[in-house]
Amino acid sequence: MTRIEADPTLPIIRITRTFAATPAQLLRAHTDPELFVRWIGPDSLTNRIDYWDARTGGSWRYVSERAGEEFAFHGCFHEIRPDRIVQTFTWEGQPDGVALETFRFEDLGDGRTALHAQSLVDSFEGRDAWLKSGMEVGVEEGYAKLEGMLADGAV
Amino acid sequence: MPPDTLSTVFAALADPTRRDIVARLSVSDATVNQLAEPYRMSLQAVYKHLRILENAGVVSRLPGPQPRPVHLEIEAFDVMNEWIERYRRQAEERYQRLDRLLATMNETDEEDQP
Repeated sequence: MTRIEADPTLPIIRITRTFAATPAQLLRAHTDPELFVRWIGPDSLTNRIDYWDARTGGSWRYVSERAGEEFAFHGCFHEIRPDRIVQTFTWEGQPDGVALETFRFEDLGDGRTALHAQSLVDSFEGRDAWLKSGMEVGVEEGYAKLEGMLADGAV
Repeated sequence: MPPDTLSTVFAALADPTRRDIVARLSVSDATVNQLAEPYRMSLQAVYKHLRILENAGVVSRLPGPQPRPVHLEIEAFDVMNEWIERYRRQAEERYQRLDRLLATMNETDEEDQP
């Protein structure tokens, strides 16, 4: 279950989610470009890595494409540690906006890890624009997927 | 959901004085004079903040004789909550893809073990 919290006094979004994986595996899923494009989705978008230098001080850029329409994102890996990634994030549709993202991997033992993701945007307007980017696509697919899972008896 | 409403609500709440006004109105309705009391600003400046909140649909002035109390419109926050819930679902969908990827990584990692 994904928990989300939008701070009312700061333009911050916090997300918490637990995974059946070790912190090392979650780190790999976030830093290995081949693994990253497999889950960042949504499914209707094809994600292509432009450049990806996953180390402290490195930078990244990827392009999501659907039916000739492109959405590009870029940023810098400010710091990468076994239990933590700090990076910047810009959606190029809103090039003046930049989010500071922190991903923390909390080892819960028994092969389970809690992901604590926090995004600090530079203004409330920025958070608004950033959250809207690509949202229509993701939500529709989320419902479609949930319907499929319900039909299969998986839920 | 009308995105313009949402942007206006967020813009209205981007100011610390207006967030403070909203916090105080969440306890009870208040007149403009009561709202202005703790601030070191002119009544006119408080009216300006209230106009922005009013245009965003966050507060309303009840009709009737002066002084008309200012009332918090809780429904305005439903729009924000609905919007955040949509974003939460999108994040959950993304993390379900990550779940499946991690499951395949588990299998591979086990194969790698001697």
